[in-house]
Amino acid sequence: MNMELIQPFINSLDAVISEIMRCSARIADVTMQEGNYQRTGVAALVTLSGDIQGRIILDMDTAAASQAASDLAGISGEPSEETAREIICELTNMVIGNSVTQLNDRGFKFKVHPPELFLIDVGPRGTLDSETVLLRFELPKGAVYLNIAVHDNSHELVGSPA
Amino acid sequence: MEFKPLTSGDQPKIRFLVVDDSVFARKNICKMVEAFGGEIAGEAGDGVAAISKYKDTLPDIVLMDITMPKMEGIEAVEHIVQDHPNACIVMVSSVGYQDNILSALQKGARHFVQKPVKPEAFYEIIRYVLSENAAPSPTAAGEAQS
Repeated sequence: MNMELIQPFINSLDAVISEIMRCSARIADVTMQEGNYQRTGVAALVTLSGDIQGRIILDMDTAAASQAASDLAGISGEPSEETAREIICELTNMVIGNSVTQLNDRGFKFKVHPPELFLIDVGPRGTLDSETVLLRFELPKGAVYLNIAVHDNSHELVGSPA
Repeated sequence: MEFKPLTSGDQPKIRFLVVDDSVFARKNICKMVEAFGGEIAGEAGDGVAAISKYKDTLPDIVLMDITMPKMEGIEAVEHIVQDHPNACIVMVSSVGYQDNILSALQKGARHFVQKPVKPEAFYEIIRYVLSENAAPSPTAAGEAQS
């Protein structure tokens, strides 16, 4: 896995959590995944196409989603399913958007598609050319998971016929 | 944090059109606008709806997201500015790379705010954009002198 592609996502998640939820997100675990992705709580998926190709899933457990709902919208207690979904999409949008900004400024050109709710329990596995890394971040309350399956497509695009 | 209202008591409130595909993001931005003493003229969830809402409400400021379904924010800016050259549009997006910012400014946006939005910075940018809008343009000033 190319860490140059992964690091911006880690930095962005930390920055967004710190800005929005006023706490730090500590990396508790990093694993390479071979099987299908198993959703933990409420999750959103973003696909990337261009120099960087692949998909990222942001997944929050119930405790983290409740904290985010409280910090972002002043909702106390467990948020409704709809609110939790809106929150995860917006958080994903911010994390991915900020990562994309960093990667784009390093010369990678690619398109980000709007976040989609990830509703099925078991998701897609990484493809043969994109290993999947799963990062678990611990918050003061709950955990956030970032499942990243991306690869650098820029050399292939340069070499491909017009 | 408290903000000094954007307009004084005897002036009409500044009217905002908030465009974002996320209902949640719109709610958050609307809350900030109200904390600044502004008024929500309308909301839209994509670029196509934004163009139509702009015509209907003729807001003082548009707060426009970039990545949206149907039509992206930068394209919507181009359409709005084509029909309303004085439209005052501020991009509010998490995707803040150079190409995107430049493209939005070239199409006629006045400023860019990166998400997550910090209310204090957002307030200052809105005040700045409003003051720019209120100031006579060099051409208009020249016309007034001649």
